[in-house]
Amino acid sequence: MIAAPARVPETRRDVFLDGVNPVSKILAMIVLSIPLLLTIDWVSSTVAIAIELALVPVCGVAFADVLRRCVPLLAFAPIAGVSMLLYAEPGGRVYARFLLATVSDDSIALAIAVALRVLALGLPTILLFSRVDATELADALAQVGRLPARFVLGVVAGVRLLGLFLEDWRSMELARRARGVGDSGALRRFFSMAFVMLVFAVRRGSKLATAMEARGFGTDAPRTWARPSTLSWRDAVFLLGCLAVMGAAIGSAVASGSFRFVGS
Amino acid sequence: MAGGARIDASGWGWRHSGRKRWAVSDLSVVIEPGERVLVLGASGAGKSTLLAGIAGLLGGEDEGESSGHLLVDGVDARAARGRTGLVLQDPDAAAVFSRVGDDVAFGCENLGVDREEIWRRVRRSLDAVGLRVPLERRTDALSGGEKQRLAIAGVLAMEPGAILLDEPTANLDPSGVLEVRDAIERAVVAEGTTLLVVEHRTEVWADLMTRVIVLDADGGVLADGPPLTVFEQEGEGLAAAGVWVPGRSIDLPLAVPGDMAGTAALSATRLAIGRPGAPVVRTDLEIEIATGRSTVVVGENGAGKSTLALTLAGLIPERSGSVVAAEPLAGRRGRRPSHWSSRELLTRIGTVFQDPEHQFLSATVRDELAVGPLALGLGRAETDRRVDEMLEVLGLDRLALANPFTLSGGQKRRLSVGTVLAAGPSVMVLDEPTFGQDRASWIRLVALLQQEVRTGATVVAVTHDQGVVQHLGQSILDLGSGAGDRAPQRRAA
Repeated sequence: MIAAPARVPETRRDVFLDGVNPVSKILAMIVLSIPLLLTIDWVSSTVAIAIELALVPVCGVAFADVLRRCVPLLAFAPIAGVSMLLYAEPGGRVYARFLLATVSDDSIALAIAVALRVLALGLPTILLFSRVDATELADALAQVGRLPARFVLGVVAGVRLLGLFLEDWRSMELARRARGVGDSGALRRFFSMAFVMLVFAVRRGSKLATAMEARGFGTDAPRTWARPSTLSWRDAVFLLGCLAVMGAAIGSAVASGSFRFVGS
Repeated sequence: MAGGARIDASGWGWRHSGRKRWAVSDLSVVIEPGERVLVLGASGAGKSTLLAGIAGLLGGEDEGESSGHLLVDGVDARAARGRTGLVLQDPDAAAVFSRVGDDVAFGCENLGVDREEIWRRVRRSLDAVGLRVPLERRTDALSGGEKQRLAIAGVLAMEPGAILLDEPTANLDPSGVLEVRDAIERAVVAEGTTLLVVEHRTEVWADLMTRVIVLDADGGVLADGPPLTVFEQEGEGLAAAGVWVPGRSIDLPLAVPGDMAGTAALSATRLAIGRPGAPVVRTDLEIEIATGRSTVVVGENGAGKSTLALTLAGLIPERSGSVVAAEPLAGRRGRRPSHWSSRELLTRIGTVFQDPEHQFLSATVRDELAVGPLALGLGRAETDRRVDEMLEVLGLDRLALANPFTLSGGQKRRLSVGTVLAAGPSVMVLDEPTFGQDRASWIRLVALLQQEVRTGATVVAVTHDQGVVQHLGQSILDLGSGAGDRAPQRRAA
């Protein structure tokens, strides 16, 4: 018998970002968010958003997808903004008052800054993690991040069960209609189904654990990894790039004189 | 491969913690390398426990108590994990990763195999089980038979000395069953791997096996020898214990295909079906379900049988066209089942789901059977009368106060049928009513349905089971192989 050629399946490398290790992406999230969490002005977040949008092509996510995934952010940003608009400490010219709410120059500025900040914090997650699948993330966390294999693989396997739970839920809804109790009492039905789901979840979880053990998982023997997960020059370039984005954002805020720490 | 493993049990037993009874006790048996053993026994005889024990999965004092010893190649089974590979019954629960290649590689990774060797083995094992799909294929996109072959490939890649299969074909359609059996024959026989199979459906496996071991529920071994000898000597007892002994017929009347005259309980015109939010799976179906007869719906996996059942039962809306019930069944909002209220549905069309657990609502068997009658507003006395009657018919009277989730597979299935019967619907729709049933509970269930038809009920059963077709197929609706296929055909039984 001729042995099949040993070939480790290639990972996709369509765009620059695909060659960056997921662990670097997690680090990048820290780099890209901490400065924005510590400061509060509209210039830095606007610059960050502008640069991030300009980089969409190297992230491999279609603009339409970015927009679609931004919907929750676009919905949440104004809500955060409005609360600032009404309840932030008043300053400068006052435009309106209503009970505890005051709209003033300062609160308007803060509202805009906060709304932009929500977008600037959410956008990197969408750009960096849209193309990372659970298996790739697990490989990286275990091999590069040195997290325990038991923990990482347990989580990955668990996530895969979520789809099955969705099917369980649909079948249970139909079954309740079939059994004559689907006309009223929606709230009670919801809780009884939620309880049964819990039973299913525990059962499926323990079945999966047995299946994994049956294939030698969880012994003390050293484990190998079928898919390599390593760092390369791309990760260095990528992280330096992220630092540069933040540098540009904070730099322009300082230069324009609008730089402001949280609480100052 | 390193050749077959030798399995040696002497005085071995296992008691799960919290149970009084020993699941296996006083078992002494030696299985030589390369033997292919069918493990039989009544439900509760400890077949699955034995496989788990050999696979080294029973350990730890918190899990239970063991006695005697169980050796694989002379080493305690718990220390020999990796030398044996166990494939579990439910292939849905077995896939760890979302891609085929990664999933097969998982076992090798755990054994510390080199990366290059892992991928060599992945390809070799997928070849061996005849699963020729790209390594990137998503595991949840595979059919039942393919999933089970994937699970077997995952075990083969570990190159174990013994392969242990726990009811590997219980959840598969007939073509899936053959796929799995052939895959095992190709991969195991040539390599001389030791094989242990637990399976109710013996006819599929009997000719591949060199030995049959029948476990005694009271401990030890009831019979042990070549398949033919054991089936000849112990056939009667095995059949009574629920084992499908090859060549033993079932003592139930066959379905006689009659003329199609009479009214239709349900009729579908230009019907397109699909689950809500999912693509349409079939279009232009023209179907008539005859009143007071049993109809079986057959066809390959993915042909849309379950979706059709849910649509006929009024649980999901038609995508186009319509399902119309006979005039006497009309509800407040007309004759289309999908427009009826949940309570109207109860007396008109009852549905038994593929997984009985999805339809359980109560904490005891008794309350479960009372749900329908109470929803109909029948009152306590009448409800109790019906429930008592159902408990007796189903043979569940001793379990009236048990929690439905704790019943055995066969009991759960009978209970789910009972919950429907208790409401007395005119039409019953059943999805795979005999999936994974042992012989005893199969006979009970089919007899129950035949009785319903005799007393005037209309029965529609989706099935892969030839036995069901023979005994309930007064008319047969064949959906063929799936979307784009020819119109469904009605054939004589």
